[in-house]
Amino acid sequence: MSTPQPPTHQQAAPAPNWQAAPGTSYVSPIPITRTHLGHALASEWTKIKSVRSTMWTLGVFLLLVVGVGLLVAVNTTTEDYTEVPYTIPAFFGLILGQICLITLGVLVVSSEYGTGMIRTTFTASPQRYRVLTAKLIIFFVVAFAVSAFAIGLVGLFTSSLHDGESGTPWGRSVLMGALYVSLLGVLALAVGSMLRHSAGAITTMLGVVLVPAILPAFLMLSDSMRTIGEKMMEYNAPNALARIFELDTDSGTGGSQLALLAGVTAAAIAGAYALLEKRDV
Amino acid sequence: MIELEGLTKRYGEKMAVNHLTFTVRPGIVTGFLGPNGAGKSTTMRMMLGLDRPTAGDVRIDGQHYDRLKDPLRYIGALLDAKAMHGGRSAFNHLLCLAQSNGIPRGRVDEVLDTVGLTSVARKKAKGFSLGMGQRLGIAGALLGDPRILMFDEPVNGLDPEGIHWIRNLMKSLAAQGRTVFVSSHLMSEMALTADHLVVIGQGRLLADTSMADFIRQNSRSYVRLRSPQRERLLDVLHGAGVTAVEAGGGTLEVDGSKSEYLGELAAEHGIVLHELSPQQASLEEAFMQLTAESVEYHAHSGTVDDPGADGAPGAPGAPGAWGTGPAEGASRPPGPPQSPPPPPGSSSWGSDWKKG
Repeated sequence: MSTPQPPTHQQAAPAPNWQAAPGTSYVSPIPITRTHLGHALASEWTKIKSVRSTMWTLGVFLLLVVGVGLLVAVNTTTEDYTEVPYTIPAFFGLILGQICLITLGVLVVSSEYGTGMIRTTFTASPQRYRVLTAKLIIFFVVAFAVSAFAIGLVGLFTSSLHDGESGTPWGRSVLMGALYVSLLGVLALAVGSMLRHSAGAITTMLGVVLVPAILPAFLMLSDSMRTIGEKMMEYNAPNALARIFELDTDSGTGGSQLALLAGVTAAAIAGAYALLEKRDV
Repeated sequence: MIELEGLTKRYGEKMAVNHLTFTVRPGIVTGFLGPNGAGKSTTMRMMLGLDRPTAGDVRIDGQHYDRLKDPLRYIGALLDAKAMHGGRSAFNHLLCLAQSNGIPRGRVDEVLDTVGLTSVARKKAKGFSLGMGQRLGIAGALLGDPRILMFDEPVNGLDPEGIHWIRNLMKSLAAQGRTVFVSSHLMSEMALTADHLVVIGQGRLLADTSMADFIRQNSRSYVRLRSPQRERLLDVLHGAGVTAVEAGGGTLEVDGSKSEYLGELAAEHGIVLHELSPQQASLEEAFMQLTAESVEYHAHSGTVDDPGADGAPGAPGAPGAWGTGPAEGASRPPGPPQSPPPPPGSSSWGSDWKKG
């Protein structure tokens, strides 16, 4: 309770000096730089590559897409590719692998809320929109590069294994497929930024991907719901990927599905920006 | 320089911070004191633009925090020792912060060295002890070599060596002309580090004063005397015009006289003394007395309809008026039955004050 007090020491401390010149302020020898998006990008790049969850999610993604892809490739014959692109073996891995990108997308932002890092981040960069922009860009570039690499690798392997002439060029499916799963990840990032909770955001995203794939089976049972069921069937994520990989060329090659995902993602990003500035952290 | 003007934060019905106005000046350590839940952390988060104030304004050298182009150069803040991603190494944690402000990479090694974490720079932060986490947080605050430093309860959970280190660090930072703003709920800690004191309770400003003034006005010094010839001693003191107050255990307490004088007086009359010691009431008790209003008010709030109501009776509101607080508190009748007993020591201290 009764702490010995050193009042004399207190009063004799150099305090009078400091108080005599309250205007003198410390000047740092480090040169001043005006921060911009480039700094935020460098920071987010360091962040994403310095946590283990990135290595795990991308590692599992590569394992699924390339591993399953190669297994499928060696079990197919050259005749299988007369009407479809060589990248088709990657489709099966992507159906599962997209969940890895969703998880990473969510974690990029929600792990900061979960650990409290976000307060440190926003103290260092009070321009919150800049932080979110940098996260979106860095994540999209990483996700797109990794998924394009994985799909391309499967395509290369398959074409070298079955060195017949495929009826369809496969470059388009590499870009579209990578774009689709990367956009799903970006959507997950935006959802993570709005919900601020890893488990909640991942569950939400699994719902977004899986419910439209499962629900149509039940909706088709009733006549009044049939149209909704058909639309869901047409636009759900697995079906969109199937069209991108030209499993079913009669009804388009996934352009409208990709456009829908881009629209939804843009809306989610707009929501994330709006909430970001308004809320306390 | 940090200026707060009518800063207010309301969570639903609860006023976390209620119209705070004060200035944190450069070149000194300003202590930000208040009991738990007084609104210290909320105030600091609003200063850093993390929480949006309900009303009022905070300016850092005349600018809003989110307008700062080089925030880490301006303010280094330690809010929470665990505000970092546990899976990232200490070096990478600091590196991503440095990069976001365009601070050269070499600076990371410098601050790691300053806080003594160089040997664990590549270790994951989640393996760090509380003290190490605190040091890493401080390294982050020092990263931009800022002119303003803000620490929220920096000594919490630290060992004596760590506490000593932080005290000296804060003093040396202020001596370089930086603004240092540090919160605590320990008056004794502030007495050792702070030059200026801002006290809040229940989100309201209770005191804004220099440490020296606070000590002068709040620490009652007296001399304790113990003698087998108690009656004679009382007579002699009375004869010399010295008022002695009987304290428990056969001791006498004398206010306003030097121990040397009392000793000589006793010797002159051949009185045997068993004890002759100058005493000082602790600042901790003065602080508790000052904030007792708000703590008591807090206990009441469950029975009051509008807990956000302004002007609790008897709350010393305006800065400058606080000096009367303790005496006022001591002369007040004991609280209503539903209020908890006052903190031990505060009442006895208060009655001492009155007698003195």
